[in-house]
Amino acid sequence: MREMTVSELLKNGPKVINIGVEQFYEDLKSQEVPVVQLDWRPPAVNSELLSKLRRLRGGGKS
Amino acid sequence: MIDLEKANEEALNRLLSAQPVLVDMGIAKDTIPGLNERTFLHAGPPIDWKNMSGPMRGAVIAGILFEGWAKTPEEAEKLAASGEIAFEPNHHHHAVGPMAGVITPSMPVFVVENKAFGNKSYTNINEGLGKVMRMGAYSEEVIERLRWIKRVMYPAMQAGIRHAAPDGGIDLKFIIAQALHMGDELHNRNKAATSLFVRMLAPHMIEAAPVVKDVADVVRFLDRSDIFFVNLAMAAAKASLEPAHGVEGSSMVTIMSRNGTEFGIKVSGLGDDWFTAPAAVPEVLLFPGFTKDDVNPDIGDSAIMETLGVGGFALAAAPAIVQFIGGSPQDGVNYTMEMYEITVGENNVYTIPYLNFRGTPTGIDILKVVETGTTPILDTGVACKRPGVGQVGAGIVRMPMEAFEKAAERFAEVYLG
Repeated sequence: MREMTVSELLKNGPKVINIGVEQFYEDLKSQEVPVVQLDWRPPAVNSELLSKLRRLRGGGKS
Repeated sequence: MIDLEKANEEALNRLLSAQPVLVDMGIAKDTIPGLNERTFLHAGPPIDWKNMSGPMRGAVIAGILFEGWAKTPEEAEKLAASGEIAFEPNHHHHAVGPMAGVITPSMPVFVVENKAFGNKSYTNINEGLGKVMRMGAYSEEVIERLRWIKRVMYPAMQAGIRHAAPDGGIDLKFIIAQALHMGDELHNRNKAATSLFVRMLAPHMIEAAPVVKDVADVVRFLDRSDIFFVNLAMAAAKASLEPAHGVEGSSMVTIMSRNGTEFGIKVSGLGDDWFTAPAAVPEVLLFPGFTKDDVNPDIGDSAIMETLGVGGFALAAAPAIVQFIGGSPQDGVNYTMEMYEITVGENNVYTIPYLNFRGTPTGIDILKVVETGTTPILDTGVACKRPGVGQVGAGIVRMPMEAFEKAAERFAEVYLG
């Protein structure tokens, strides 16, 4: 995909994908900015479990 | 050293090579292994009478009335609470049942065989929508319908299924694959699958039924019951998933199920333990006359469809179902795309035309669920939380993360040493 140049961005305005908090999507939409919403929430933070799972992906017990 | 990828590939391959075929029908106590005279089977992880939700209790009451062990619902309730009836999960007996999923000893059941592995699964007969036993209703019309199913439908269908068996039987995998191309997702929409089933079975019933005239009544019943095939789809899923259980080092889910109080999963590489959490409450498109306060928490073994990789995971194949469960066709596509993030692979037979015949997301990986924070999505029937009422609508529900986290903790314990 071709990247948009800064001058094109200033000329044509941004096209936005809003990830997460829906209020930002609503605000842009009300200003008629082209925007799509991606419903996403960060994973629940259980860092201890996630670090165990990372070790598992590394091969687990020998 | 465990090779997670290899173990999950092995579990997925076993699932993908399944050949579920409808081979027979029988009476539950003579057919389902380990089911005795005084045992009721139910959906979901284990539960006792005092913790059962309204629809589960209602279905137990209906089962007792159907068995003739009580004359009134009040008497039935007393018997259920007395401890004289044992309650055990369907899944402990290779069985599945939608919603309350109650199977009683003298009910007729379907027998499905996974021809690739030789294992069998069992399920009860679908009664249609609305005021039905599996949704917790137990009025006289409900019991009379169950009696009719046993008296009229069972002999005709059993004869037809047995007649079809020498020709290879009714191939459920073929029906599911075709139905996905005809707008079903095989959980809430089984309109195409039911039609295909009738088309395949009807000639055999006509040729073999003990009372040929009954076949017309059976086919009329099936014509009014678009959801009929879901039980068979579930039994196909169960028979397909069982050989995938017990692969050392595999984090693939082989059972997801709900009993209306709790949600539970089993994982291929984690033995026989259930990992549970309180059941979620679905987002419902309600039938007229009901409110959100009527909604029971999520219930039924039918989550086996998503465990197989269809149902909510194949919503992109079923644009019309949104009229029943809410949302838009695009939501369906989005849900399917999201589920690819948490599955081991893609199906080799169950495909989605709209996604250029891409295989459905298949084989839920508990580790991916925890790592991404994305839990499986289901589209489901919804029961009234009061016993005796029945279905209040249908909707969408996400499975609770807690069960997957518990399973992942155990997985780490077992395999990290």
